[in-house]
Amino acid sequence: MSSQTLRTVAVIVGFLLFWEAACRLFNLPTYFLPAPSLVLAEICAEPRWYLEHCGYTLFTTALGFGLAVLVGVIAAVGITYSKLLENTLFTLLVSLNSVPKIALAPLFIIWLGTGVKSKVAISFLIAIFAIVVDTVLGLRSADPGALDLMKTMRSSAMQILFKIRVPGALPHMFAGMKVAISLALVGAIAGEFVASQEGLGFVIMQSQGMFQTVRVFAAILLLGIVGTVLFVLVDVVERLVCPWHVSHRLEQAELAVRVRC
Amino acid sequence: MNVVHGALQSAPAASKGQPFLEIKNVAKTYGSVRGDVPALSDINLAIRSCEFISILGPSGCGKTTLLRCLAGLDQPSAGVISIDSKVVSGPPDNLGVVFQRDVLLEWRTVLQNVLLPVEVYRLNLQEWRQRALQSLTMLGLAGFEHRYPWELSGGMRQRVAISRALLLNPTLLLMDEPFGALDAMTRDELNLELQRIWMADSKTVVFVTHSITEAVFLADRVVVMSRSPGRIADVMDVDLARPRDLAIRETGEFARLCRRARLLFEQMGLMRGGLRV
Repeated sequence: MSSQTLRTVAVIVGFLLFWEAACRLFNLPTYFLPAPSLVLAEICAEPRWYLEHCGYTLFTTALGFGLAVLVGVIAAVGITYSKLLENTLFTLLVSLNSVPKIALAPLFIIWLGTGVKSKVAISFLIAIFAIVVDTVLGLRSADPGALDLMKTMRSSAMQILFKIRVPGALPHMFAGMKVAISLALVGAIAGEFVASQEGLGFVIMQSQGMFQTVRVFAAILLLGIVGTVLFVLVDVVERLVCPWHVSHRLEQAELAVRVRC
Repeated sequence: MNVVHGALQSAPAASKGQPFLEIKNVAKTYGSVRGDVPALSDINLAIRSCEFISILGPSGCGKTTLLRCLAGLDQPSAGVISIDSKVVSGPPDNLGVVFQRDVLLEWRTVLQNVLLPVEVYRLNLQEWRQRALQSLTMLGLAGFEHRYPWELSGGMRQRVAISRALLLNPTLLLMDEPFGALDAMTRDELNLELQRIWMADSKTVVFVTHSITEAVFLADRVVVMSRSPGRIADVMDVDLARPRDLAIRETGEFARLCRRARLLFEQMGLMRGGLRV
């Protein structure tokens, strides 16, 4: 484990200990602020039930995010190559981005019902913006020298796209995906808040209504874990797909220096 | 596909007397907000097959523009460029280009970078892999074929770029200040290697540089260009025996040629005092 990770873990553990101590010391009522030990005990008491809700939220988030990546990347390629799409689709996307997409959640419940579909749709909508914008940026910032090189070989537009533009855009795309994965989770929860029978968002809303604060915290803790796992997953895929990327290169160099010191 | 099969028969079809590459009355102007800016004017040059031509000039004299026109990346505003009696309207057949920046693709290993033209022309990768490895060995890059560009020094990166340009054995090799960003020692070394490659595997080379020494050392003929607009100020024949070694730079004939180029630059109002040889 790197010292960075160790520091993070130490800070979190320290914070939890402080929280635990404060709850015991001031004898806070459980409905107001439960101690972390109680939250953990709550999850351990009903692991299956929590796991099911966790799975539901994870599923809708992943589906919304996956669709956002698929549609977003295709849209970005279209926007990069077509002036028409840039003037219409991209302009529309950028102007709509100023509307907080969570505000649209109730509409999607009307349109798509209270099931999975509405959650996926909200999650998709909130995630796609970052992916499109970053992918367009990445595709556009292809090295002009590399484009010249390809022209001297009389390469086709497809070859330029797949051999130069897309690989060059990957770091930008992953930057967008890292933002998008967190937003996709926000979207899924927002949908569950509005109307749902399942998911961690549903658990929070239901428990809040009955002042079961321990459950609220248990769901929040699980959401934190889900969010972290999803983010780390994207990061791992990035390392696999573009190991050559500068930020990782610096890390490797740093590591090499540390090992030597 | 016949692009590359043609490349394998090294000697171009140009008959004696008929120039391989001909530049006739070429001019190039760039449009800008303040009107047209002339970059090249009245360029006339005939290059023989397998000749090594250096184009020497200060920055802004249009030498890169001229090279881009030869590569078919830019179109002249006036005049005609023809290769093997065919008018150049886009990148010609059997072309290799080395740019000032190595333009290696960061996500490809050295070997994958060298094999890029093979992929673009959809040739058999397995077949060409062997040649690529040989070419890398020839340029002193054996053992580095699976490294990524960022792991290499500037000189090694440029060797990879040269290897990539040479892989399909082009009849015309265009080089735009390829060693401009390298230190003097590496530059000398690569000058020697380029000469060796050119002699072993005869091809027509047009080599753009702003270094007088480099231009004279490498070329059969040095084309000296002047600035605003870029035109040809002089063409110098370099009758020095090959293979040339670095010591040739201390001979009288070499110094005479360098002096001649320098005087031209001085007449243009460049390089007053503090001369660079």
